[in-house]
Amino acid sequence: MRRRIVLISILVILIGLTIWVTNMGKVGIFNMFTYKDILVHSFDHLVMVFWPLLFGIFIGTFLGVIVTRPGFSRLSLSVMGLVSMGQAMPSMAVIAIMAILPLSIGFIHFGFNFQTAVVALFIYGLMPILRNSYAGVLNIDRAIIESAEGMGMTKWQIFWKIEMPMALPVITTGIRISAVVTVGTAELAVLVGGKGLGTITFTGVFAQEPLLILQGAAPTAILAIGLGVILEFIENWMTPRGLKIKAANS
Amino acid sequence: MIRLEHVSKIYPDGTKAVDDISLEVNEGEICVFLGPSGCGKTTTMKMINRLIPITSGTIFINDQDNIKVKTSDLRRDIGYAIQEIGLFTHMTVGQNIETVPVLKGWSKEKRAQRVAELLELVRLNPVEYGNKYPAELSGGQRQRVGVARALGADPPILLMDEPFGAIDPINRVELQAEFLKIQQKIKKTIIFVTHDIYEAIKMGDRIALMKDGKLVQYDTPANILYHPKDEFVEGFVGADRALKGLQLLRVKEVMNRDVITIQTDDTVNLARERLEKTGGDSLPVVTARGEFVGWTNVERLEGSATVNDAMQASSTATDENAVLNEALSLMMASGFKSLPIVDETGNLKGMLTMDAIQQALHEAIQSRETEA
Repeated sequence: MRRRIVLISILVILIGLTIWVTNMGKVGIFNMFTYKDILVHSFDHLVMVFWPLLFGIFIGTFLGVIVTRPGFSRLSLSVMGLVSMGQAMPSMAVIAIMAILPLSIGFIHFGFNFQTAVVALFIYGLMPILRNSYAGVLNIDRAIIESAEGMGMTKWQIFWKIEMPMALPVITTGIRISAVVTVGTAELAVLVGGKGLGTITFTGVFAQEPLLILQGAAPTAILAIGLGVILEFIENWMTPRGLKIKAANS
Repeated sequence: MIRLEHVSKIYPDGTKAVDDISLEVNEGEICVFLGPSGCGKTTTMKMINRLIPITSGTIFINDQDNIKVKTSDLRRDIGYAIQEIGLFTHMTVGQNIETVPVLKGWSKEKRAQRVAELLELVRLNPVEYGNKYPAELSGGQRQRVGVARALGADPPILLMDEPFGAIDPINRVELQAEFLKIQQKIKKTIIFVTHDIYEAIKMGDRIALMKDGKLVQYDTPANILYHPKDEFVEGFVGADRALKGLQLLRVKEVMNRDVITIQTDDTVNLARERLEKTGGDSLPVVTARGEFVGWTNVERLEGSATVNDAMQASSTATDENAVLNEALSLMMASGFKSLPIVDETGNLKGMLTMDAIQQALHEAIQSRETEA
């Protein structure tokens, strides 16, 4: 409850700030962006976050789960190594490296363009999902899997009826973290040819005008918090009831 | 029912976890695999439902080689309960219990009926507990659900790996007793793994005592206690086993199963004949369906028209799972020199005599003397 009050207050403050700076119209020699600009850039921002997140959910969950399978256990070390390495790298570095890669994969030509920004965000946003899927499945009590095996469930039945539902809360948490992180990181994407609210923020940075920076930063924060809240709601709705009780008891 | 022939388990690194074990478990019996940790008891058990692949030897279930049955089919016909229980925390108690029935494709009605039946069996109210989640139950309740789940599709065989190991001592004793009562009703063939000698004696019809992957002695609890095969067995059952024995021996180990009785509607002459034959001074009286109702003796038979008239009604009796020292005090209190052993319907199953108890005591003392 207290957390909810804090969240709502922050959102109200952020919205207030956005309205305040936008209504200024002009600061010094600079024209402020209009409400329409903010909406357009917000939409672009969300589109740029949507694709990495969509692929991140499928590929991250798939990879994270598959390395928990007995046959792939050797892979898990290298995959998880890569993940933690990527995680340790600053987001800026990941994005910058992507932009200078002299590579073309299918229709994606790396360079200073929108596609590069999307791929970079995908790679950075993949990590929380991958890590949580892996941990979610791996941390299921061994006794539960053993009794499922002992009762004659097939591998697929164990996967779909036991492992997936039990790992789901952890996986969705990973997706939520990834979404929030990606919304924030997407600010930087504008530097390698991306779109979105970063356009406003970096205009402010180059113009050395704090209020312009705020005009880009505040809506970004609103998007991140809003998306986080929505995803948490979905997460809560998807979590099996029996697991929620456990969380309440422990 | 279950027959192990030269069963071995050798791991790739050369460790012999199970070394040439052969034994047969009779239908409807509880066979306890007993031994210190690392003796191979759990490994042996898990080779029966093939959770661990066998290295050499054969395991027959109803004379069928278990390797020739599809793994999932094999396991669905063998109940499985483990110490950690492993309840599916995201499913309700009812959903947990109907796991195997669902796998076997039972109809919804049949499953619901079975869940209610099993919850009754483990003494949990189906209405109250069926829709609860495992996290809402106490440890003992979870363990009961674990047992109910193992019995889900009414498998003829149960494998239980220290099923009461994680329960506190007071609740464990209660659960053990409860389970023995359940077993009297369901008569499953059970492999019960434990490292606890007390539990083994209490639960087991037979005990397979193991050490370093080898079967040291496969015998009744009484024989394990009083006729230990070697020093290892002797050491394992403990030096104070004479006392332990009386405390832990069950009535069924020492009771006399061939009891000469007289029915209420038999003639007085027949009763006299039977009394003479037994050489004792009193004769248990049963009804036509075998229910124990009382005693009769020569004095009472004198001048009576029917056995029924000559009978001294008595209801003092106990069941065959009673502990020996409890049965003894019951016998003392009743004033009779024998204690009738009855099943849950009251039918006479056997007789515990003072002689038998003395014999058991004598054996205990004797073996303690040889030890000293």
